[in-house]
Amino acid sequence: MRDRKQIAAEAPTGSTTLKRGKPPASLSPEIQAKLGQQLRAYYAGLIEPTPDRFVELLRKLDKGGNEEPSG
Amino acid sequence: MKVDAGVREAMLAAVPGLRAFAIALCGKIDHADDLVQETLLRALTHIDSFEPGTNMSAWLFTILRNLFRSEYRKRRREVEDGDGRFSASLKSQPGQPSHMEFQEMRSALAKLPPDQREALILVGASGFSYEEAAQICGTAVGTIKSRVNRARTRLAEILAIKDLNEIGPDSTMQAVLSRSDAG
Repeated sequence: MRDRKQIAAEAPTGSTTLKRGKPPASLSPEIQAKLGQQLRAYYAGLIEPTPDRFVELLRKLDKGGNEEPSG
Repeated sequence: MKVDAGVREAMLAAVPGLRAFAIALCGKIDHADDLVQETLLRALTHIDSFEPGTNMSAWLFTILRNLFRSEYRKRRREVEDGDGRFSASLKSQPGQPSHMEFQEMRSALAKLPPDQREALILVGASGFSYEEAAQICGTAVGTIKSRVNRARTRLAEILAIKDLNEIGPDSTMQAVLSRSDAG
């Protein structure tokens, strides 16, 4: 029994780029912003300089020193 | 095999982000590093299918994502790796920031279905567009949008994120903390 006006009132205002289809998630822009910030902070904590093993790996392969198992 | 210097540089430049993506996906650093290594090997083996000038990062993310998904499917057949086990393995990681929010986010992400988790990380953290994320996951843009939406809603529930007017004490706490840092 929800009319269109009611659904529109529940939608976040001007925050998403969804144009059609299902109504966007009912998260308020504030919660979305907070969530986005937490997620990016978490991810930033995972970024580290390239570990040496990968530098070594690519260098070794470049020299053709790897013996690939056939198949 | 001979690796073009430009290609090697592009790969190395992509590794930190690729590795962060892997850790966020699987929650284990050792496992993530294995995924990255396998990704680089596969990428070099199939370097002919990489189109120069296109996004190296997105290409590597695609390979890693597919590796993880096929592993995940295989593992799920063998052992049911429940939330508890996943979360427990995260707590003992050395060298990781241990503050509450960080741990909370890790275990919250672990509770998301894999398709929602990867979509949210790609769009919300790795900085890919919906279109790029759709390509990486081999699905439609609309599907990615809906997965990201569902993931956000679920994550907000798990983390019990409140509206701004309810997190006032948080900023007070931050002010206190920054003051004690300074003094």
